Amino acid sequence: MPESTAVPRVRRAADVTVGDELPSTTIHVDRARLVQYAGASLDRNRIHWDEPFAKAVGLPDVIAHGMFTMGAAVTLVCDWVGDAGRVVEYGTRFTRPVVVPYESGADLEVSGVVKAVDPESRRVTVELTATAAGEKVLGRAVAVARLD
Amino acid sequence: MPVNADFQGRTYPPMEPYGVSAAKIREFAEAVGSADPVHTDVDAARARGYADVIAPPTFAVLIAQQCDAQLIADPDAGIDFSRVVHGEQKFVHHRPLTAGDSIVGTLHVDTVREAGGHAMVTTRTELATEGGEPVCTATSTIVIRGGE
Repeated sequence: MPESTAVPRVRRAADVTVGDELPSTTIHVDRARLVQYAGASLDRNRIHWDEPFAKAVGLPDVIAHGMFTMGAAVTLVCDWVGDAGRVVEYGTRFTRPVVVPYESGADLEVSGVVKAVDPESRRVTVELTATAAGEKVLGRAVAVARLD
Repeated sequence: MPVNADFQGRTYPPMEPYGVSAAKIREFAEAVGSADPVHTDVDAARARGYADVIAPPTFAVLIAQQCDAQLIADPDAGIDFSRVVHGEQKFVHHRPLTAGDSIVGTLHVDTVREAGGHAMVTTRTELATEGGEPVCTATSTIVIRGGE
């Protein structure tokens, strides 16, 4: 396979230990971002961009798509692995909505820790934690990646 | 109207093929904030051994939710969309979704159950190429909030 300077190396399972922490990140979410995700994902539910509508159905404000939060959070794993295509499993529960006020938006804080390493298959299991406004927004967010 | 428990175990006919495009992959990757060049740079993707640019791990939801719509929009299922909340989502990737793929989704209704005054419906969409190669299994649980 040709080497390219633009392409990072894929992490090696032999270099990973249970308990390793992934570098955490903060993702700012604003209304423009949600409109962008609505268009990209074709999920145009009004609760994700129309404040009067969201409030009329009993929400505190516009909320992010759960799938936006799930998709944004896993970029932490993709970057750490070095190839998004190595994420072979990814699941989560949506425990709380990410409320996105017009003025301030929201900050999504994402961290991850290695829970299992299988040297045989070179599969590693990463548990992600995602919080907004101090509350966990994803539950049992687990990604499995196949490393080198 | 309660959710129709008779739908448990139902399998829908395969959907019309969905053409995975490099443009949609780029749009989706930008929306979730994934900077991995494997989504946008065909040379980077090929350097990793893929035939073309590949989709981020949660891209499959775009196809899976089109499949889910068959159930949600079915009046006999008794699902009030205004009361639907996304509860859980999981992807198992047999290989990455790749630009140029023509993907057929087949929707299975795995479970329909009532819990705490709410209904929970778990669907599974099997995504495969038109030639029958399995690509992704997307499992979703929606919660239909009970009436007041």
